[in-house]
Amino acid sequence: MTNNIEVKVDEVYHAESRRVLATLIRLLGDFDLAEDALHDAFAAALEQWPRDGMPANPRAWLVSTGRFKAIDRMRKRARFDTSLEAIAERLDGNINEVTWNEKVFNDDQLRLIFTCCHPALPADARIALTLREVCGLTTEEIARAFISSASTVAQRIVRAKSKIRDAKIPYQVPERNELPERLDTVLHVIYLVFNEGYFASSGDSLTRSDLSGEAIRLGRLLMELLPEPEVIGLLALMLLHESRRKARTSSDGQIILLDQQDRSLWNQDHIAEGLQLVERALSTRRFGVYSLQAAIAAVHAQAKYADATDWDQIVGLYEVLFRLDPSPIVELNRAVAIAMKDGPDAGLQLIDKLISSGDLEDYNLIYAARADLCRRLGKKREARDAYKQALKLSRQEPERRFYERRLAELVE
Amino acid sequence: MKYLCLIHRDDNVIAAMSQAEMTSLEEEYLAYDDELRKCGHYIVAEALQNGHDSTIVKIRNGKMIVTDGPFAETKEQLGGFFLIEARDLNEAIQVASRIPGARLGCVEVRAVRDSVKRAI
Repeated sequence: MTNNIEVKVDEVYHAESRRVLATLIRLLGDFDLAEDALHDAFAAALEQWPRDGMPANPRAWLVSTGRFKAIDRMRKRARFDTSLEAIAERLDGNINEVTWNEKVFNDDQLRLIFTCCHPALPADARIALTLREVCGLTTEEIARAFISSASTVAQRIVRAKSKIRDAKIPYQVPERNELPERLDTVLHVIYLVFNEGYFASSGDSLTRSDLSGEAIRLGRLLMELLPEPEVIGLLALMLLHESRRKARTSSDGQIILLDQQDRSLWNQDHIAEGLQLVERALSTRRFGVYSLQAAIAAVHAQAKYADATDWDQIVGLYEVLFRLDPSPIVELNRAVAIAMKDGPDAGLQLIDKLISSGDLEDYNLIYAARADLCRRLGKKREARDAYKQALKLSRQEPERRFYERRLAELVE
Repeated sequence: MKYLCLIHRDDNVIAAMSQAEMTSLEEEYLAYDDELRKCGHYIVAEALQNGHDSTIVKIRNGKMIVTDGPFAETKEQLGGFFLIEARDLNEAIQVASRIPGARLGCVEVRAVRDSVKRAI
């Protein structure tokens, strides 16, 4: 019986702890106090539930228990530190109120997400804070995933919380007028977490794919709470990338490019869900860069084999994307798509123009793209030079091995 | 996970405290022990006697050598410790930050190695 309840408490912890924390932060007005209160509430649950049975609404029980415990703690601590009396008083003062409904809890989760991703915090702190507070990862797990020391990540989190406290960053969902900009920061954090798990080459690959899974979970949560077109678009984009995970590296860790991948390894569930989400995002007509990138990934996902890819459509989508985000990276991708549609010569001209503009001078992928087009045109020497340049600029091991392999194939 | 919170302090600062200040500090420690016990962080905690009265033991070439301490010639000496259970390093830091010794000296937080834990 006791064991059963312990399992139950564990389940409730996994399902509810983040939502309880989000609400406690609002009620107590402080991250650290709320984390203590969350801890106390679950300690109390372990003690009381086996004796009294599960409460009808565990989440509400945990929130009110956590809050009472926090007040209790503050009162006791105030005996030694009189500066805490005022806080104890304040907490005691706003004890009434409370209608518990799904909307209140959902809003609190959104408040937590927007606060963790607040633009006033440094970018790496946003990521660490979001993974710990919203996703429930431990400091040590975050450190392992980002190949950093636990102490470094812990300090980042402590500083971010102090900043939230000292700068009085409000615990709220942004107003309609600032929502697009603030949402952009949140989406950026989620996409960075995903990419760290998807593209980074160093470290334990298992931990890395967990990170992509975490980003997808976060994307799902955000979509449930705030189904804005770009939130849907980002989730679609992540799912469509993730669908190719198994096919994009060989068993010995070599990169396999899109046109060489065994498409039977693509995850069809992810693709089906991704396609449906892309359609939903595009149909709102308020889509942005994530939805468009997802739409491009969707065209690839729908091609049964590489030669069946609808390059007309992809070039068209890049044109629209370039209008929304006129960055050199998008321009490079568009040039590669044009090469596929109109032949390597057309693409090479665009890429050379881009190289001479100097914007992507240090970006290894532009030389890799140039090398590939030269290779296809039979310009072996130029291809070799470009691969050498890419090799010089790349810091990722699998990428470097790929360039070395290509160079070896291009021996005259 | 288990974390060891090592409390480093300047013994001279402690020696200079009045009896009333000492009593208050001890009460505060006892209250914090109690708080940690209630919320499940507490495993064990002890205060140590003056670091300059310590004894160093080592074996070299099979022979035991015993000398006067302290081990490290620093102003701050190990004054006590808390072994705690915490979800992660940040939770351990939060617990450590409220050890009264954090105000007087500093608290070093060390994670207990998993493999050692299993061996015990």
